Amino acid sequence: MARFAMAIDTTRCVGCMDCVVACKTENDVPEGLCRDWIVQEARGAFPDLRLEIRSERCNHCDHPPCVHCCPTGASHVESFGSLVEIDPKLCIGCKACLAACPYDARTIHPDGYADKCTFCIHRLKEGLEPACVAVCPTHCMHFGDLDDPASEVSRLVAARRNHSLIPEAGTGPRIFFLT
Amino acid sequence: MAPRVQLSRRRFLKISAGAAGAAAGFSASGLPASLLGSDGEAGIRTVPTFCDVCFWKCNAVATVRDGRLWKIEGNPDDPLSHGRLCPRGTGGVGAHFDTSRLTAPLVRREKRGEEEWTAVTWDQALDEVAERMLTIRERYGPEAMALFSHGIGGTFLKHAFKAFGTPNLVAPSYAQCRGPRDVGFELTFGEGVSTPERTDIENARCLVLLGSHLGENMHNTQVQEFAEAVGRGATIIVADPRFSVAASKAQHYLPIQPGTDIALLLSWMHVLVTEELYDKEYVAAHGFGFEAFAAEVRRYTPEWAWPRCGIDPQTIRETAREMARQSPATLVHPGRHVTWYGNDAQRSRAIALLNALLGSWGRKGGFYAPSAMDIPEYPVPPYPKSERGKADNPGHRYPFASGTITNGIREATISGEPYPVKGWMVYATNLLQALPNQAETIRAIEALDLLVVVDVIPSEIAGWADVVLPESVYLERYDELNVEWFKQPFVALRQPVVESPADQKPNWWIARELGLRLGLEPFFPWENVEEYLETRLQGAGLSLAEMKEKGVVKGPKPPIYYEEGLPAEFFTPSGKIEFYSTQLAEKGFDPIPRFEPPEEPPPGAFRLLYGRAPVHSFSRTQTNPILSEMMDENEVWLNADVGRRLGLRPRDRVRLRNQDDVVSQPVAVKLTERIRGDCVYMVHGFGQSARGIPAHHRKGASDSHLITRYAVDPLMGGTGMSVNFVTLEAV
Repeated sequence: MARFAMAIDTTRCVGCMDCVVACKTENDVPEGLCRDWIVQEARGAFPDLRLEIRSERCNHCDHPPCVHCCPTGASHVESFGSLVEIDPKLCIGCKACLAACPYDARTIHPDGYADKCTFCIHRLKEGLEPACVAVCPTHCMHFGDLDDPASEVSRLVAARRNHSLIPEAGTGPRIFFLT
Repeated sequence: MAPRVQLSRRRFLKISAGAAGAAAGFSASGLPASLLGSDGEAGIRTVPTFCDVCFWKCNAVATVRDGRLWKIEGNPDDPLSHGRLCPRGTGGVGAHFDTSRLTAPLVRREKRGEEEWTAVTWDQALDEVAERMLTIRERYGPEAMALFSHGIGGTFLKHAFKAFGTPNLVAPSYAQCRGPRDVGFELTFGEGVSTPERTDIENARCLVLLGSHLGENMHNTQVQEFAEAVGRGATIIVADPRFSVAASKAQHYLPIQPGTDIALLLSWMHVLVTEELYDKEYVAAHGFGFEAFAAEVRRYTPEWAWPRCGIDPQTIRETAREMARQSPATLVHPGRHVTWYGNDAQRSRAIALLNALLGSWGRKGGFYAPSAMDIPEYPVPPYPKSERGKADNPGHRYPFASGTITNGIREATISGEPYPVKGWMVYATNLLQALPNQAETIRAIEALDLLVVVDVIPSEIAGWADVVLPESVYLERYDELNVEWFKQPFVALRQPVVESPADQKPNWWIARELGLRLGLEPFFPWENVEEYLETRLQGAGLSLAEMKEKGVVKGPKPPIYYEEGLPAEFFTPSGKIEFYSTQLAEKGFDPIPRFEPPEEPPPGAFRLLYGRAPVHSFSRTQTNPILSEMMDENEVWLNADVGRRLGLRPRDRVRLRNQDDVVSQPVAVKLTERIRGDCVYMVHGFGQSARGIPAHHRKGASDSHLITRYAVDPLMGGTGMSVNFVTLEAV
């Protein structure tokens, strides 16, 4: 079973939000909500500064607390790419997953179910990259199978200095920020 | 027409949601019919076209799902976007769904600026405009009409105005944006920088940015090439009072004092000349007046520059040497919006000269030579010649102006000199935000007999119009072909993807209908735009059918660098690169740029700087429902230490007061380490005042409102706008 992941090169990212916009149109994300977002972190004092810009979203964790806490099985791990997905038909909107997710990656859709990044599973099944990856004008986002050592994502994570978000939560996040 | 289909349950639900939206308070006229899908069209169709959210004109493919516009993506064959639009382009679908769009022609009911309207038919509106234009021509001559336009959409209106007999066609993109840059380069190399800029960032080994904030400023090709340069380890040098996103990618960030770039440029050139690091062969082969230039820049040591621009001598030497090390693939970027201090053409000339020393003009990794495909014009009669000439620059007081000066037309309108200008048509540019000193613009408007605004939203400038003509957005119309000057020549088609939701019309139709009413039939021999486009395309061996399918067709690529056999030609008086400018000396200007210190902000005040955000174009996109969600208001950047001393906390709301006691709307403070303490910064385009724009899209503060002072460039008439000082008042 493939284990899809992203490697995002923060040295190239300019924080333009194209990933956020492309996700919104591709996935008809309702007004006021988004499934990915930009974080800018400045460190230091003027003029000796460092700025890390990250495009963040659901980490499609190896050990997803949102799946473990879901009372109905709506949140589940897909066999396709080991993706963490939500079945809106099974979701009762109890928000346990929202509380469980350390990344604040989930929202409640106006139709009452939990919603989040799907890694554009509908596009993956057509052989396309997720919309955010495909649109990025800086080519800072790389998508692929972490279980395939020859994949671009595996090679980048192996070769480049990187970090993931809140690894200490033990969730096994699969988005790696190259620095 | 697409066959009627049975509504699936899914589609039924979608339609209900649309109807609920209407019930929830969208104005009846504001709800786009296309929200409901058109004529039961089912399934997916894709339509190639090109973007219009900014002037870069990336080629795109729009997707319609079940009759409703779904998304727009880059055309993979596009040499500009390489299949990846910028966030504004991606969010461009929102322009179609914008609920604040103008829906019918409007005629003013009350005083100008009161925004009270009567909706009329197109016939009524165009009859009125034509009648009043003809009256103006009869009384004052055809030159009394001026057209302000922005972007390719203005092409057919420009044609109508030229046929009408006026030379007063003008765009703020010259005197409020890139004009000084082009003049600086024209004086040096005999050619401007053109648009898209002829910068070969893709191949640069060293890129120098002065205030240019690529990445926040989202010119697609440049940002893509910038990221590529960063990715392959090119040296990035950024001089900016603000730690921009680009600065965060730089090995060398130079926190320069605002307004002192010429000091830095002169001392960089000093290092290259005195350490003999410049491209001697190139300068010897192509340079004119180098000795005089070298003697001048010898005066400007890094130690001289240090107290003036705030950059220490070691950094100046180190960065100059690095530029030389990577030359000729060192690109000192000319920027785009460069109307800052009124000495902008000379600053741009200093940038041109630094590039000349590095030998980057005409070289790979520097400045390439763009070319375009030969697509013959549609044959029309010659335009009538104006005896009086343009009104913007009487007596050539700005001797090096190579474009028409917007503020010159504004002055002529107020003064009636050199002759009366009594009518304006304004297309796709919000003059109240584009020009400095709003009061002056309003004074000019009050002197007019006629103001017509063609726009898609009830913009601030539309609020002052006598007649407002609602245009279809770019996704709903054909436009002129984009025959682009670029490193890869191409021709591109814009074509309708979906229908306009209400009674909006494309500009080609508006121009033709107006032209016919003005008695200009011979200039509009085409029945419709398809016929016009077909004729032009067939002249080049192409067809409209092919273009409709492909969207973009590339032409042969000629040599673009001297290395590839491009001849080194310079269209200057000496035929060479002018290190010393005889033209400037003859007109009484500095033949070699000189530094003059900028005025310092008074105690307790800050210089107001402004710039771009990646998700908005000027003041044109704030009502786009997708882009406004990304950023719905601006904030004022203030150095964190300075802010704390003023007792401000993050996100406190303040008003800005400028030196002329003009006060802004409340705006949130961003206390940040990322800016010097002597200036504040905000993104341009926010804090709009038009009542037709919903309040939630009018948030933030307007930099333009606060730019009451401007410094006119004596070479070319551009308006330096970074010369205003503000204090902060807690709300």
